[in-house]
Amino acid sequence: MKLPQKRSLLLTLAALAAAATLPVFSGNDYYLGLAINLAQYSLMATAWALFSGPTRYVSLASVAFYGIGAYAVAVLGDTLPLPLVFGVAVAVGALLALLIGMATLRLSGIYFVIFTFGLAELVRQVVTWYEVNITKTLGRYVFLDVTSQQIYWQLLALLAAVFAFSWWVQRSRLGLALRVIGEDETVARHVGIHVTRAKLLLFVASSAFITLAGAVMAPRWTYIDPAISFNSVISFQVVIMALLGGAGSLFGPLAGAIPLSLLFEFLSARFPNHFSILLGAVFMVIVYFVPNGVAGAVGDWLARRRKEKRA
Amino acid sequence: MNHQALLRVQGLSRSFGGLRAVDDLSFEIAQGEILGLLGPNGSGKTTAMNLISCALVADVGTIEFDGEPVQHLPAFRLAHRGLARSFQLVRVPAHLTCLENVISGLAFGPRGVWGAAARERASALLARMGLADKADALAGELTYIDQKRLELARALAPQPKLLLLDEWLAGLNPTELVDGIALVRQLRDDGLTILMVEHVMEAIRALCNRCVVMNAGRKISEGPTAEVLVNAEVLTAYLGGAVNA
Repeated sequence: MKLPQKRSLLLTLAALAAAATLPVFSGNDYYLGLAINLAQYSLMATAWALFSGPTRYVSLASVAFYGIGAYAVAVLGDTLPLPLVFGVAVAVGALLALLIGMATLRLSGIYFVIFTFGLAELVRQVVTWYEVNITKTLGRYVFLDVTSQQIYWQLLALLAAVFAFSWWVQRSRLGLALRVIGEDETVARHVGIHVTRAKLLLFVASSAFITLAGAVMAPRWTYIDPAISFNSVISFQVVIMALLGGAGSLFGPLAGAIPLSLLFEFLSARFPNHFSILLGAVFMVIVYFVPNGVAGAVGDWLARRRKEKRA
Repeated sequence: MNHQALLRVQGLSRSFGGLRAVDDLSFEIAQGEILGLLGPNGSGKTTAMNLISCALVADVGTIEFDGEPVQHLPAFRLAHRGLARSFQLVRVPAHLTCLENVISGLAFGPRGVWGAAARERASALLARMGLADKADALAGELTYIDQKRLELARALAPQPKLLLLDEWLAGLNPTELVDGIALVRQLRDDGLTILMVEHVMEAIRALCNRCVVMNAGRKISEGPTAEVLVNAEVLTAYLGGAVNA
């Protein structure tokens, strides 16, 4: 794996800045909605890969954090200023990630996957139970004075922050530690890496970004209930986007999030009743044909070409 | 010699289910010596290595490293205190470059080195192992022998006090073996203390000051290499006969 260069980070930030001008050129709400969707999934897939890429721990808990972010805004949005609400959301998401991490990061492989999936369901059930029995409502309205443009810009700013953070991590000691852990935890321990702490740090950071994505998106929903905010399909979509793009590289998840967001948009509009079946088929095709992701395939191709040139 | 012992193992035992893989093992390693850990396959050598490097926790027994008990430390803390190891089946992260592999041995712990200083030291170690031109190659692309060299470079990177070598000389051809023996001897002459599990008799004779022989988890013999190797019991153990130690 090659470390990302400064140039590629600057190019991406420039591209994001260019993308931010979209609402200026187009007053079309449909395109803005599409762009928000793209930005949201790009953000979540990149944040997911922050932890899961190097460590190869597949987490299906994304939606737990996303939902917590959305609920933080729904519950506190009327009483606190929005930046403060975002702060609370991040704190709650990070705390939950810390607790989950301490309990689960000793698990590996399939056990971790199943646990995180179960955990997201648990959070959903707890929230449902609380809403039904304590507050006696199932849904909540989010009426905040936030425009779609602002949501779009907030998502792009977050995406830029994730990229910058991820770029910094990959070049740091922590990044090397995570890559060694992803390859061989036994070796990691014997070279002196505090394996649990390294994994925990990144899991918390990744979860905090995903929580923020949910918080930013909440005003766009206007109405949320646990079935919407904690819909496990979101977790699966994030995983498959990151894997299609290639979770091992900084920009890989983008290469999955953009085409798949468009594809899912198209499928859910054209085949609303068969969406789940088609989603499953897409998953299988990707896992079968592009196991290393687009970024991995391109990397292999480039390496092969370089070798041929040398020969 | 007692007060100079770098490693002191006392009454170490570890069972897996009903099997006592290591049974009441005690020995010491003095500063600057090479101790050979011998025994037939399945006699508990690798389990003993895993216990000493804190990859496994002993059921009973104590391990003193550099004068302090370490048997309950996590492996990474023991690494910080100066214990490094190689593995019986070579383990180098395949998707990291050789340089990154060696840097991973340097970077962590309170005395960790990073950045240009780390790259410089890692390059020097690679050069010493004859891998200078492979610095940017992925570890997975190396031959088995080169991977072993790389693993040793990583183990040496943090300048450990004690090095555990688990059959590091196995599978080398005669020329490579001569080079390998010279390399390990050089490490000892530089002041490194080494505990090696080994089957290659030539290497054991050439390198080990003393040997501990294990069979069925127990220590059955200990002493200077030449004496231990003529011990009939050892020969019996290697030849597969019944041993009632």
